[in-house]
Amino acid sequence: MAKIKGDIVINVERCKGCEVCIAACPFSTIAMTKEVNGKGYHYAVKVNDDCTGCMNCAIVCPDGVITVYRAKVAAE
Amino acid sequence: MEEQFAKLDIRKDENIVYKRTNLLVDRPLSYCPGCGHGTVHRMLMETLEEMGIQGNTIGVSPVGCSVLAYDFLDIDMLGAAHGRAPALATAIKRMWPDHFVFTYQGDGDLAAIGTAETIHACNRGENFTMIFINNGIYGMTGGQMAPTTLPNMRSSTSPYGRDVAIMGHPLKMTELIAQLPGTYYVTRQAVHTPSHVRKTKKALRKAFENQKNNTGISFVEVVSNCNSGWKMTPVQSNKWMEENMFPFFPLGDIKVDGKLVEKKEAVAKE
Repeated sequence: MAKIKGDIVINVERCKGCEVCIAACPFSTIAMTKEVNGKGYHYAVKVNDDCTGCMNCAIVCPDGVITVYRAKVAAE
Repeated sequence: MEEQFAKLDIRKDENIVYKRTNLLVDRPLSYCPGCGHGTVHRMLMETLEEMGIQGNTIGVSPVGCSVLAYDFLDIDMLGAAHGRAPALATAIKRMWPDHFVFTYQGDGDLAAIGTAETIHACNRGENFTMIFINNGIYGMTGGQMAPTTLPNMRSSTSPYGRDVAIMGHPLKMTELIAQLPGTYYVTRQAVHTPSHVRKTKKALRKAFENQKNNTGISFVEVVSNCNSGWKMTPVQSNKWMEENMFPFFPLGDIKVDGKLVEKKEAVAKE
């Protein structure tokens, strides 16, 4: 059975660290870093492999920094 | 650390399901972290992109936080004097009836200084779309009390909470203009969760589709947060908004296709 897997790419220089995406993610895939970006904001990163590409984070992101990828992969 | 969980086999152009629309200019938005303006800008531009009318649309930006909207939206924009966006949009729409025209205003602009323009444009039944961002506060100038500030809500000019005995009651602009015969579609939405954002996008789509049929004003209110003005984090402010703003400003359609929507709750209680 094919399984749907997703991936997100976060434009860290545009991220303002509002954490709205973290509240929206159903799989706790996103967390904040301790490092800061060029503007001095803590930014969001992907911290596990559970992403299904549901786009929730990208849709609520006020600055639109998240790009979502989704593909079917064959389960082993 | 960022690349630790990257799935390079999935990260290909043909697998992209969502990315920031190209109709937003590629520069950082000037809004505070977590502000709903950015989300509404993006949904607005996605709507125009899906309808394919970006070359045929003229927007009017207000005075307020979104005064710089013309810097971010890659369409024709005009800046109106404070509160006068509906008057300007009226002129544009009458000059170019085949263009899509919208105003994008905050609560200080639309519900305070621009009340007369708003009500008369709605009463005349002009054929454009009004987008009203309601966060219950004057965000740009430092969180002063607005006409839409809730009772007992703190702001920099009502530090002990809004006392309705001396400061008056909050103004429900959307319910007010829904009573006017010139409005065709009146709705209230929010952008704090993914499902609400999707509903807002549908409402915006409907509001722009209505312009094709010369129906009258389509009015979309978006209840938004102002985490800086409310002195909260973005996630806290979204929660506060759900608990306090939504009971006073209930979400949903108020007028669809020129007919007032009957409240379903009243029927359910009986």
